[in-house]
Amino acid sequence: MSATVSFLDEVAATPGGSQIRSCIQCGVCTGTCPMAGEMEYPPRKIIAMIRAGMREEVLSSNSMWHCLSCYMCYERCPRGVKPTEIAHALESLAIKYGYRTKGTTNPIMYRNFVASIKSYGRVHEFGTMIKYYMVTNPIVAIKMLPVAAKLLLHGRLHIMPESTKGKSDLAKITAKFREIRG
Amino acid sequence: MKQYTYFPGCSSNSSAKALGMSVKAIEKPLDIELIELEDWTCCGSTPYGSLNEDESLLVAARNLALAEKKGLDLVTPCSSCFVVLNKANLHLKEHEKFKSKVNQALAAAGLEFQGKINVRLLPEVIFHDITPEGLARKVTRNLNGLKVASYYGCQMVRPYGFDNPESPTSLDKIVESIGGTAVPFQYKNRCCGGSLIIPEENAALNLMRKILANTLENGAECLITPCPLCQMNLDAYRIKVNGKFGTNFDIPVLFVSQLIGLALGIDAMSLGLKTNIVSPAKVIEKVNSAKVTVQSNP
Repeated sequence: MSATVSFLDEVAATPGGSQIRSCIQCGVCTGTCPMAGEMEYPPRKIIAMIRAGMREEVLSSNSMWHCLSCYMCYERCPRGVKPTEIAHALESLAIKYGYRTKGTTNPIMYRNFVASIKSYGRVHEFGTMIKYYMVTNPIVAIKMLPVAAKLLLHGRLHIMPESTKGKSDLAKITAKFREIRG
Repeated sequence: MKQYTYFPGCSSNSSAKALGMSVKAIEKPLDIELIELEDWTCCGSTPYGSLNEDESLLVAARNLALAEKKGLDLVTPCSSCFVVLNKANLHLKEHEKFKSKVNQALAAAGLEFQGKINVRLLPEVIFHDITPEGLARKVTRNLNGLKVASYYGCQMVRPYGFDNPESPTSLDKIVESIGGTAVPFQYKNRCCGGSLIIPEENAALNLMRKILANTLENGAECLITPCPLCQMNLDAYRIKVNGKFGTNFDIPVLFVSQLIGLALGIDAMSLGLKTNIVSPAKVIEKVNSAKVTVQSNP
């Protein structure tokens, strides 16, 4: 995107961002959000900051990475702003422009998840988790053992990934898509 | 027999194995046919959309384009697959320019998205196509008044759900139709913490604690959910909830399809009830002590 396009325009052009200008700052989203207390800037504030052009502060914050995708704010917003989709858009923009997000390890988990899709066509949950703990904090992995052991004993943890031939399709279409999008 | 294209989703074969097993077990008794989408790939789920929103729509569109070849409604038992596939389906139908770019990319795999099919969640299919009344006629072993808290979670009812997003009732009606007692459950549409249980464990455990505590207040004997992630959190991570808060929650968490399966007289093994971490033995015992009813309708 060229430098002449404002941050607000850029967010408004994302798949769920078109209604951002309709926000009346009522705060229903923040009042509704189960994670508002954990965010650097809760949903209402983030929207105000986007409209104020505070690109750096927004894209380097942990706020959108704390979104649970519970869609409660989306449902309750009286102006149809879709804050949940705006959170996803902000995450994608932060990745696209290489922002280092402090105060969250969620991007690492998401990256492993998507890498798993690219490698196998489907998600290998066990591999995704192992990689996450190795990168973030292997000590924490030990605390996960009781949960992992239960899952394993109940046949719910597959050690080996399952691969699908659709993965080569995925590689082809995503390569073509990048070429088209430039 | 009504036919659908079936999209199991990644977890139906691993961490939520019981979901896949129970759905396949109830298919015949419910008189529906779920034909698995050949060569399906992950819907993309929340992570893909968070890292690369545009590309995630393409990844979902591949599955939609595959399903369009058959032309049947695409049915998934997973709440997350439901939202992600639906979002792509609706977005592409409404955005012609973006759709043509997606189609140029899909052409590299010999596919095309046209927007000809609907994406549906299995409990909605059961509610609308089979109906609670129809379900009642198929019951062979009613639930014997079992007190059930129906946990809808988030993505079954928001943003594309068929039920009231603030106060859904469809699962309660399903429970009542198969002989259970639907207990009031204020937290039925609150978030369990989802995948943030990994990066934000403390916050997510607290959300689970509230949900589990609420089921006890209402005297529920079991909890049901359609969602693989909700089931995993409330069943497996419950160990961590109890450890952190000094609680002793031990309510079994069944998939909607497992509970329906019990009422259809299907054995516990076929319904994957052995994979539930909190033992559902008491639930099975109570249902098995019910009188076996003869089907009133052919």
